[in-house]
Amino acid sequence: MDGAHDMGGVAGFGSVRPEPNEPVFHAEWERRAFAVTLAMGKPGGWNIDMSRFAREDRPPEDYLSRSYYQIWLVGLERLMLERNLLRPGEIEAGKVLQQPAPISGPLAAADVDAMLRRGGPSEREAALPARFKIGDRVRAKNIHPATHTRLPQYVRGHVGVIELTHGCHVFPDTNAMGLGEQPHWLYTVTFDGKDLWPDVADQRSRISVDAWEPYLEPADAA
Amino acid sequence: MANHHDDHHHGHHHDHDHSELSETELRVRALETILTEKGYVDPAALDVLIETYETKVGPRNGAQVVAKAWADPAYRQRLLTDGSAAIAELDYVGRQGEHIVVVENTPSRHNMVVCTLCSCYPWPVLGLPPVWYKSAPYRSRAVKDPRGVLRDFGFELNSDTEIRVWDSTAEIRYLVLPMRPDGTEDWSEERLADLVTRDSMIGTGLPKQPQQAS
Repeated sequence: MDGAHDMGGVAGFGSVRPEPNEPVFHAEWERRAFAVTLAMGKPGGWNIDMSRFAREDRPPEDYLSRSYYQIWLVGLERLMLERNLLRPGEIEAGKVLQQPAPISGPLAAADVDAMLRRGGPSEREAALPARFKIGDRVRAKNIHPATHTRLPQYVRGHVGVIELTHGCHVFPDTNAMGLGEQPHWLYTVTFDGKDLWPDVADQRSRISVDAWEPYLEPADAA
Repeated sequence: MANHHDDHHHGHHHDHDHSELSETELRVRALETILTEKGYVDPAALDVLIETYETKVGPRNGAQVVAKAWADPAYRQRLLTDGSAAIAELDYVGRQGEHIVVVENTPSRHNMVVCTLCSCYPWPVLGLPPVWYKSAPYRSRAVKDPRGVLRDFGFELNSDTEIRVWDSTAEIRYLVLPMRPDGTEDWSEERLADLVTRDSMIGTGLPKQPQQAS
């Protein structure tokens, strides 16, 4: 979706403010929000693309007015509400209002390390040969899906070059919507800064995105 | 995205000072209570998750990787060929580092990593991302005015050096291999690791110079 999360190139946010000796978390609630989000992945049963969509799919003013872990929190609440793991009004009431929906069991302290070490690799067996090879000129399609996508707006319609191929990976556009992993070839596509931002860009910058095959077409297509 | 931390916590760490709880704090407490009561989360597991990222997984890991690459040419080659596999040799594996690509700075090319769409970051080697990395100013400008962003970090990149920005839009995670500082030829890996800053592995900074070593 063309949402507020898609920030590449947006003006007006001001300068970056590095924080010397920054702590990992800035408040106790951030620690708990982070940990609850990770711990709920297993019983919740959603995937990372569903999580991302739950965070970004909101009005721009909502997205932009929340801090990072506040966005995690509303995303988590939404995923749980959608699955009846959380009932409307329960957080406000501060207690369980309805018998919980059954789950497969919570993440145990003893299993945390193994869960983190396992991670969630996204590479899958290739079912088809790659359409593009390193060095090919490709155009990022000018698409505007209403649902989740990982093709940022600032490259759409622009021509870049395939710099790396990464094998086939879970396709977020379908995976986020519960339509399956539908793995596609994934490429690093590199754009010249002068092409993306001709009137402002640094004359010696190149910018890449990682793009799945359905996001791309041959640059020389009619 | 709001930089709420800056409003209250800029340069400080005083999260225990608050006597009254904000709405967010109350919501998180209520959520944890409800989920615990429902049997969906075990608070002991939450403690382990927090402890892991506060004390075990952080940029010291990445610094070991970089120092080894500086000291061992064969390792450097493996790291640039298959980042995840070479990093796994040091036992840094897992969540948000399943597919790591290492990109090397040279005198003619400086690499910088961003996630314009959210906050993708190589957790096993750098830990959780700093607030600025997740902030709207960084995410919006890194791809459009990368040299200006470096200036925000007090870093003026030579105008002849190409700046190469990697936007982490998929599950590939990028780690920058900075250039080894001059004057460290006879240094051990352990001493070299002390020169490697977190920002030098994101590309928004440089390693410390030998005279700055602790």
